Amino acid sequence: MGIVSPGFTGRRGGGKDLPPGQYLTHEFPVLSAGPTPHILTDHWEFTVTTETGEKYKWDWAALMALPAEEITKDIHCVTRWSKLQTTWKGVSLDTLLADVETGADFAMAHSYGGYTTNLPLDDLLDGQSWIAYEYDGEPLDPEHGGPARLLVPHLYFWKSAKWVRGLVLSDTEDLGFWETAGYHEYGDPWKEQRYAGD
Amino acid sequence: MSNYLDGNAAAGALSELFAVDLTAAIAQCNGCGNTTVFAESRVYVDAPGTVARCAGCDTVLLRVVTTPTNTYLDLRGLTYLRVPNS
Repeated sequence: MGIVSPGFTGRRGGGKDLPPGQYLTHEFPVLSAGPTPHILTDHWEFTVTTETGEKYKWDWAALMALPAEEITKDIHCVTRWSKLQTTWKGVSLDTLLADVETGADFAMAHSYGGYTTNLPLDDLLDGQSWIAYEYDGEPLDPEHGGPARLLVPHLYFWKSAKWVRGLVLSDTEDLGFWETAGYHEYGDPWKEQRYAGD
Repeated sequence: MSNYLDGNAAAGALSELFAVDLTAAIAQCNGCGNTTVFAESRVYVDAPGTVARCAGCDTVLLRVVTTPTNTYLDLRGLTYLRVPNS
């Protein structure tokens, strides 16, 4: 008879790595609220607009010229699936925002196709977020947000905007696509902040 | 491969809110003015909520999000829904 309780499943079963209310999946479910944009990297552009209206732009070549990081993180979707130890490659927002002059507290991520999601600017900094363009060693597939998506793995995955094309920085917090329809303005999976008021 | 269904896929979510079958209603898109039976819209259900988009211009016509305590209904993409009097 084993001495380890069958209730202990460790990382393989999720265990302590699963936030409350989540289940473990080894698939990579595709959630989408609209048609998948197919953006050629030749046409891709990422723009940061500050609260004073100043714009900072990167095209694909400029993004590729920046130092990239290999990222291994757990991701948690508000529809209750979690996927552990996902591997990505991308550019830290610390790098992209290093020379952006701003005193803003909030950011709205905008995507090709019209999707938006809001985040505190602090949650995009200090090694917490990236513009990711590879998943599992391959270029990011369009259905998963390629050519590049925002990756903010410490928040529910709707905050990791697919097909990201820019950030608009602001002194005030506006709400994005799902946040205006009942989802939580912040979305911490460990506090189970799924819906407004949670 | 398309990742949407036709407007009838929203019937369940809408029947929780309305006494009439809105999938048979005539809907006008606020984006392009396209005016068709709502059932001809494109509905995305593999998402945190139900999202119906105009088949002509992809404008979001309608969103329904059901939380444990409330249902949110956003109709801002519709100029109108026309339902015949019974």
